[in-house]
Formats: sequence, C-alpha cells, structure tokens
Amino acid sequence: MSTYTLPDETGHFGIFGGRFVPETLMKAVMELEAAYNEAKADQEFQEQFRHLLKEYVGRETPLYFAENLTKHAGGANIYLKREDLNHTGAHKINNAIGQALLAVRMGKRKIVAETGAGQHGVATATVCALLNLECMIFMGEEDIKRQALNVFRMELLGAKVVSVTSGSSTLKDAVNEALRYWVANVDDTHYLLGSVMGPHPFPMIVRDFQSVIGTETREQFLDRNGKLPEAVVACIGGGSNAMGMFYPFIKDEQVCLYGVEAAGHGIQTPFHAASLTKGKPGVLHGALMYLLQDENGQIQEAHSISAGLDYPGVGPEHSYLKDSGRAQYHSISDQEALEAFQILSKLEGIIPALESAHAVAFAIKLAAEMEPGQNMVVCLSGRGDKDVDAVKSRLHGGETNE
Amino acid sequence: MNRIEQAFRQLTAVDGKAFIPYIMAGDGGLSCLVERLQLLEKFGATAIEVGVPFSDPVADGPTIQQAGIRALKNGTNLKDILVELSKARELVQIPIILMTYLNPIYSLGINRFVQEAQSAGVDGCIIPDLPMEEEEIILPQFLKAGVELIRLVTPTTPVERVRKISSKGSGFLYTVTVKGITGARGEFDGGLNAFLQTVKQVSPIPVVAGFGISNEEQIAELTKYCDGVVVGSKIVELFAKNNITELETFMSVIKRTSAKI
Repeated sequence: MSTYTLPDETGHFGIFGGRFVPETLMKAVMELEAAYNEAKADQEFQEQFRHLLKEYVGRETPLYFAENLTKHAGGANIYLKREDLNHTGAHKINNAIGQALLAVRMGKRKIVAETGAGQHGVATATVCALLNLECMIFMGEEDIKRQALNVFRMELLGAKVVSVTSGSSTLKDAVNEALRYWVANVDDTHYLLGSVMGPHPFPMIVRDFQSVIGTETREQFLDRNGKLPEAVVACIGGGSNAMGMFYPFIKDEQVCLYGVEAAGHGIQTPFHAASLTKGKPGVLHGALMYLLQDENGQIQEAHSISAGLDYPGVGPEHSYLKDSGRAQYHSISDQEALEAFQILSKLEGIIPALESAHAVAFAIKLAAEMEPGQNMVVCLSGRGDKDVDAVKSRLHGGETNE
Repeated sequence: MNRIEQAFRQLTAVDGKAFIPYIMAGDGGLSCLVERLQLLEKFGATAIEVGVPFSDPVADGPTIQQAGIRALKNGTNLKDILVELSKARELVQIPIILMTYLNPIYSLGINRFVQEAQSAGVDGCIIPDLPMEEEEIILPQFLKAGVELIRLVTPTTPVERVRKISSKGSGFLYTVTVKGITGARGEFDGGLNAFLQTVKQVSPIPVVAGFGISNEEQIAELTKYCDGVVVGSKIVELFAKNNITELETFMSVIKRTSAKI
C-alpha cells in the first residue's frame, strides 16, 4: 500500500463501489463528481471549509491520552481522538459542512439527507441553518422512537423530519426514501449522504471530508511521540469515522487498522450488523459492497443497540480494505458495548456514544493483547448524551430499545 | 430474430403501438404467474414485463413496493421465478422481459442467471440500478446468450447521452416519463412530449414510455411521440384486487387506443 490512489476513475475500489443508481440520478452524480473535483483543487473552497471547521466546529479536536483506561486494559497506551467534542457532538459535522458548501457552490439550496441515530441529521440540519438551506431529513420510524431528542433538535434547527415506515423502518429504509426523494427532486436538491457509502463520488467525498480526523491524529501523535501508533481503532456502521481515521494512515503499513462492527446479540445469531464479518458482496444504495443478505439476495435487517451502526451494508472502501488485508474488521456485541460505555464514563469521565463504545470495547481487548509501551488511537466518534436514556432503560431491565 | 424485435416489426407493419403490462412475480403466489401471463397475452399485450421482488426497490413507488413485499412474504425468489417462466414459455408466445434490481442477479451469480434466463426463454432484462457505466458486469454474458439488455433513459438524461445509450441499442429504449419513481400519476410535466420527441429522433431502436402511465388519455397522448407504453402500477393493482373483468376492459380500451393512432 505504498501507493494508494483509489477509487479509480470510474469510482471503483477493486470490485467494490461504482455507480449502481437509476439513470435519473446519473447526471446528478456526474455533476457532483465534476463539482467536487473543481472544489478540491480550489484553494478558496478549501479555506472556507477549514475556516468553518476551526471557528464553527471547534477543530482541531484533542488527542487525549486515556491513562485510566490504559491502566484498566493493562497493555498498550490508549489515546482517544475526541470527535465527541465537535460542535453537535460527533464527527458527522465534518462531512455535513463540506457537502453543504459543495451544494451551495453547485447552486443547490435544498438538502435532503438520511439519518440513523440522528447524529448525521442533526449535523445536516445544523449546517443548513448556518448556510440558510432548506433541509429535509428522512428517518426510520423505529429510529425516531429511539432518538426522540435528536428529532426535536433537528426540528429546532429548522429541518423537516420525515418518518419512514417502509421496510424495517431503520437507516437503510431512510436511505431508500431519501434516494426516491432525490430521484424526484434532483434538479434543485443535493443529497447530503452521511457516510462513506452510496454511488461514486459519495464514498470518496465523505472520506475526504472526514479525513481531517486521521490527518490531525497523525500529526498530533507524531508531535507528541515522534513516531506513529501501532494501531488505530474505529467503529463501523457505514464507516465514515473509520474511513476518515484510516485514510491518512493507509500508506503507513506499520500502523494496523482495526474496524469494529456491531455484533448485536452475537454474530452467531441473526441479530447483528456485522456486514464485513458475516455478509457477502452485493449491490445496494448505489454501490457494490459487503451486505447482509439472504440466500436470494434480499437485504436483511441489521440489529444493534446503537442506531448509528444499524445498517446492513458497509462502505465500498472498507469492503476493499478487508479483502486486500490492509484493515482488519472485528465485532463487538451490544452487551460488550454497554460495558465499555460505563467503563469509559466511570474511568475517564467521558460518556461515549454507543457507536463509539463499540470501538472502546474492542480497544480494551486489543490493548491487553499488545505490549505496554505500544500505542493505539481510538476514534471516539461521538458523545453519549443521546444514548443515556436508552442505556438507562436497558440497564434497568428490559430491551426496550430494539 | 429475437422475439422483441419481431414483435416491434409486426407492429410497425400495421402502424400499431406496443402495450407492455408489468406484473410483479409472486404477488398472489408464484403459482398464478403462468396463468396471468397467458391472460395478458390473451388480452392483447405486445410483451410482458415481469418484476422480480426486491427488499429495497429504490426506483419504485408505493404500489409496486407493496406488491414486492407481498411477493417476498410469499417466499418468491428469482430462481423459482425462472422455473415458472420456463413453464410459461411453452404457453405464451409474446416476449417476456424481466425487470430486476441487480442484487438478486448478483446473488444468484451472473453467469448462472444469464444461462437460466436464456433457457427459460426470457427475451430481455431491465435492471433499473445498472446504468451504462456499470453494465460490463453482465453485458458480455447477455450478448453471448442473446438476451437483450433493455436500457433506460430519463428526462434528466442529456441528449448526447440518450444518443450513446440508444446506439448500444438492443430491444427497445425504455424512456422514463417522469423525474421520479414508478406509480400512477394524474399528469406529466409540460416538457414531456418534447423530451419524447427528442428521444424518438435520436434513437435507432423503438422507444417505449414508462413510469406513471395509468389511463387511456395519457396513452393516446404519449404514443403520438413513441412506439409504445409500459403500464405498471395500474395492472399490479388490478391483479392485486383480482379484478380480471376490469383488467380485460382496461386492456381492450388500451389496445383500441394504441391501434387508433
């Protein structure tokens, strides 16, 4: 991986990725690609993006040495990249700002987006408020129940939240509806996709905007330690925080990349969201990627305590990194994530998002297997305020939130 | 000569228009598929588009989504549909065109799918999430098997691209009449006729309009500018209600309308 230039010109990462969308959207995705390539080379655009990340989001985020957690794990040093400290409480805002600026540049004043946990919806609604864009968010009915507070936040920010009742009423169905809406309103609307998935150029655009996470981490770690960490860990739903973290490290072959999927009730049960571990390649939402599907190619519902990981697919670039062996993918159960949620809260005074708690749970295990003095960075992708209610009811008996 | 090409030649000879009903395989149970195909042929269909249910049909509106959900609940899958179609082939003479999203094909295996479709007598295949840029994934197999890949153009497709897509031409050019998903609509955008005219001028293969078409007036208007229509949601609805009488009436009116032009 000393050179890494993916995706190729047609938007493929090896066999993965591509543009498997209805013809109605081809013009829009090609225009988006052209607009992005221009913006990428435009210093003024990049400066605008950097400016908002600094002044509005509050970047750079700290790289925090979690000493207590390190002692608890009893092995490698654990650093946390504090994406939870971003404005709106998660990494999602990085991409939302980038794409919203791109939409404005393309003359599109209407934004449509999907959301699972509500973090991407809140980030999108936030940046739409800031830039005075019309905003419509599709969200599964199930997720609306699980994340009522985020729904209210989005509405406060001026967005219209549309409840999706088709299919399993979760993230994948919200993507379906957002895509249908986009197909019908493609002339004046930008689809602000929230993860490294969908048709090319989305996986590339989202990765690039999120790669500020890994770029900062790499610099911060080098400044502090004069070398690179042995391991980098991030949770994976669609995979945007992980891709943002991994991408700047891909060429550093000595750095092991670990993605952590949601094992839900366990990967031996039908109730999980471990697309890379248990899925097989297929086509959904515009891309060829690892997918949870039955023997007839019907997409299966994903299950996780964390709404943000509850997606049956995973970005095409992760699919490629898995097959190429450059990154390793593991999974963490609901139960393990809940424990990590509490451990990090108690030991470090940091309440993580349930999504990020999956990464923390895996990091604790991994650190114990590594040598003291070795180092790992965990992407703490979001804060846990949104999950406190769900965790409370779960800990006090009952599985009310699945 | 492929059955699709033959069907259009016959129509041209009598100055007629193609009428292609869509049905969802497995809606009402897969066992009634053959019978329904025979009915549609008897009622005067030029060809039949057979939908394969998929869990995430992003190009489809509520009527076809619901039909797909019912079909999936009945346990319908692509393999079994192909088995039924091979039975139908002995009884139905008109072209049969499969409409399926890519993933059920990918899951079955592209080579296996194309072989089985060919031996089942499938004449063409519409894959709504397979734009020109990605078609190499299956086109060589289709070409070898003589199964036509039916391509789509839409009102957002630039003229140059319409030219490119239609010049690859096989079967007919499926011209989507709306910016949006399938489903019956009251009226179309103002620019539609001009769009259809442009497509018709550019395309070396027959132009068939589809999406949102549900009544006689629309068909009379649209067929002035193209070679035929696909009617989906309306037919699916009538079958779901098992209203065969109304289906027969509807189809005879359509046939009259198409013949009058």
